[in-house]
Amino acid sequence: MKHLLSTRDLTTDDIVSILAMADHMAEINSRAVPKVPALRGRTVASVFFEDSTRTRLSFETAATRLSAEVMTFTASSSSVNKGESLRDTIETLSAMGVDAFVVRHKSSGAPHQITKWTDAAVINAGDGWHQHPTQALLDAYTITRNFNELNSMQGRTVAIVGDIKHSRVARSDIDVFTRLGAKVVLVAPAAFLPTSLDGWGVTTADSLDDVIGLVDVVYMLRIQRERMDAAQMPSLREYSTLFALTPERAARMQSHALLLHPGPINRGVEMIVDPSLVPGSRILQQVTNGISVRMAVLFSLLGGDATTTLQNGAET
Amino acid sequence: MSSKNQSIVIRGATVVNPDAMFVADVRIAGGVIEAVGDALTGDIVLDATGCYVSSGFVDLHTHLREPGKEEAETIESGSRAAVLGGFTAVVAMPNTDPAQDNVATVQFVRDRGRAVGLCEVIPSGCITVGRLGAQLVPFEQLAKEGVTLFTDDGTGVQDALVMQRALMVAKRLNLTISQHCEVASMTVGAVMHDGACCSTMGVPGWPSAAEEEMVRRDIQLVRITGAREHFMHLSTKGSVELVRAAKAEGLPVTAEVTPHHISLTDELLSSFDPIFKVNPPLRTMADIAALRDGLADGTIDAIATDHAPHAGHTKEQTLDTAPPGMLGLETALGVVNTAVTLSPQKIAALMSWNPAVIANISDHQGRPIAVGEPAHIAVWDTTTVWSVSRDELASRSTNTPYHGMELRGRVRHTIYNGQLVVQEGKALS
Repeated sequence: MKHLLSTRDLTTDDIVSILAMADHMAEINSRAVPKVPALRGRTVASVFFEDSTRTRLSFETAATRLSAEVMTFTASSSSVNKGESLRDTIETLSAMGVDAFVVRHKSSGAPHQITKWTDAAVINAGDGWHQHPTQALLDAYTITRNFNELNSMQGRTVAIVGDIKHSRVARSDIDVFTRLGAKVVLVAPAAFLPTSLDGWGVTTADSLDDVIGLVDVVYMLRIQRERMDAAQMPSLREYSTLFALTPERAARMQSHALLLHPGPINRGVEMIVDPSLVPGSRILQQVTNGISVRMAVLFSLLGGDATTTLQNGAET
Repeated sequence: MSSKNQSIVIRGATVVNPDAMFVADVRIAGGVIEAVGDALTGDIVLDATGCYVSSGFVDLHTHLREPGKEEAETIESGSRAAVLGGFTAVVAMPNTDPAQDNVATVQFVRDRGRAVGLCEVIPSGCITVGRLGAQLVPFEQLAKEGVTLFTDDGTGVQDALVMQRALMVAKRLNLTISQHCEVASMTVGAVMHDGACCSTMGVPGWPSAAEEEMVRRDIQLVRITGAREHFMHLSTKGSVELVRAAKAEGLPVTAEVTPHHISLTDELLSSFDPIFKVNPPLRTMADIAALRDGLADGTIDAIATDHAPHAGHTKEQTLDTAPPGMLGLETALGVVNTAVTLSPQKIAALMSWNPAVIANISDHQGRPIAVGEPAHIAVWDTTTVWSVSRDELASRSTNTPYHGMELRGRVRHTIYNGQLVVQEGKALS
């Protein structure tokens, strides 16, 4: 595997082995000095054409803990504002010597385009509504580790709630969760579902109340306020009434059920309950796990056959 | 280009006329067909054994990009691409810069086409000023300058009353109104056909209904006004059904389809390659099947290329920001003949005779191969297999979706106004 553009680039075995490698990375992260020389001399460019805090910092932290050099590019303070094309930007950075691009872009498919203009590995850190593969991996990691079922989500049911149509997180999660054996139910108003669910292997529900007490994982998506302008829902209030996680709904979750959210949370929109008061909330654990999973992805793509380096403990 | 004084003999081809097909030699001299018969001789003799000879093709839908986007195409490079595809007449779309909504721009396109002299360039006129959908252009003035077909192509006329008035004016002046059917409010930001691929890829969808709603509305306007209307680049099963029903009702509507809409599907977009982005979008196999049925039963009258050159860098963007459009002139015959099994007479009807009537130029284009007729001629076959290379096209742009693909059927010679402009598949300068 040269790039990670989509969860669809991964076989189910690939997914399981990345999650297993993330266990090793989590062990490294638990050390007093959480750093190994596995990617020393490698350069990772984090190239974010769209604002992001957690994903960018998570990737940069992951790269740093593997001792890679990190080059940071954010579009808001760059040549993109001078009208430079995507191709020219990538070719320019490439010429500086980059081993991997970690790319966030508002346009679906931008990372695919970028592979044409560089020999470096390209990791999709979120493209438009399309894919966010490391989010799905860290979500699967969080769920499987909490349930102590390391290679499978067989028999588990996940409700993904919110704006599925415009969500790269949903597209990635659905693919990974279903391939690991989970049942996925999408809970959304019709305007927030894609036109076709052919081949997705999911069911749908149009009320959170119908499913909240039945599922093992409640996965709340962020609702973007600007979507409400596009005549897709009569109002934010109507949305919240039917689909938000309220204290009453949270209280109906099964005792073992987990609450996940990719962040950032829109309090008062999709999340009316304070998540810190929900016993099953693993929202902050997702953030922690994100670093381990991204270390595993970076190492898988850039580590070559240097698997021994990984075992060799902290850098001296 | 051959000299006008030289006589040309096309030897051994099968003449394709609406009423008959027969093997004969054809001699051209003085800009007209001088003789049709056996063992003719002339200054230039073109071997055409195994080929068909018909009137030159007529493209109802060509973007020549001049004036305004000469980095993508010029009237000269586009004319050369046209004759390589067997076209002796092209209707130049009006979304130039400035737009073809005024006498000066229309005259410029017409005169530049004449100066190039490779094929007939017929400027279309906008329906509304600036293609903004509000104020009608001066139809009568533009018609006097040779405009026979009016369209706001690139966008449809959104306002039903404006469209109704345009049809009323066109009826009085016996002009053709050609509509790009797309309800704009349903396609804001749209990238590709709104179906299974689009849903998986997470890009804004281009619903079939956006096209069908305007076809449906315009059929009603034709019913009210009695005016003729031509529907451009139909792409959906529903549109074919609407036009079929309108024709059965006896309404004066005609329709075209592009080669790409009968040969390529939305699944090609899965690579996120903007080369496959086009307006209307590539759709599904079910739509392709319906469009092919529409060709077969006469619901669709014409093949039109929607030749849409774009400079290379503009297609090197993300799928959502890249402009829609693909080249079509040089590959049209090959794509159509490869995608669909059609008789030679059907090909000539779809690519020459019918579009000449729709464009109101059938007094001199799309004529039979007969003594005394103007010599606008294509010599072509349906058997030569060739591989498309974007680097070998005459167009200034390279945005063909067929690069590297094998097509069957090729244009061998083209004669415009009695002069040989393409010989053995090569443009003569």
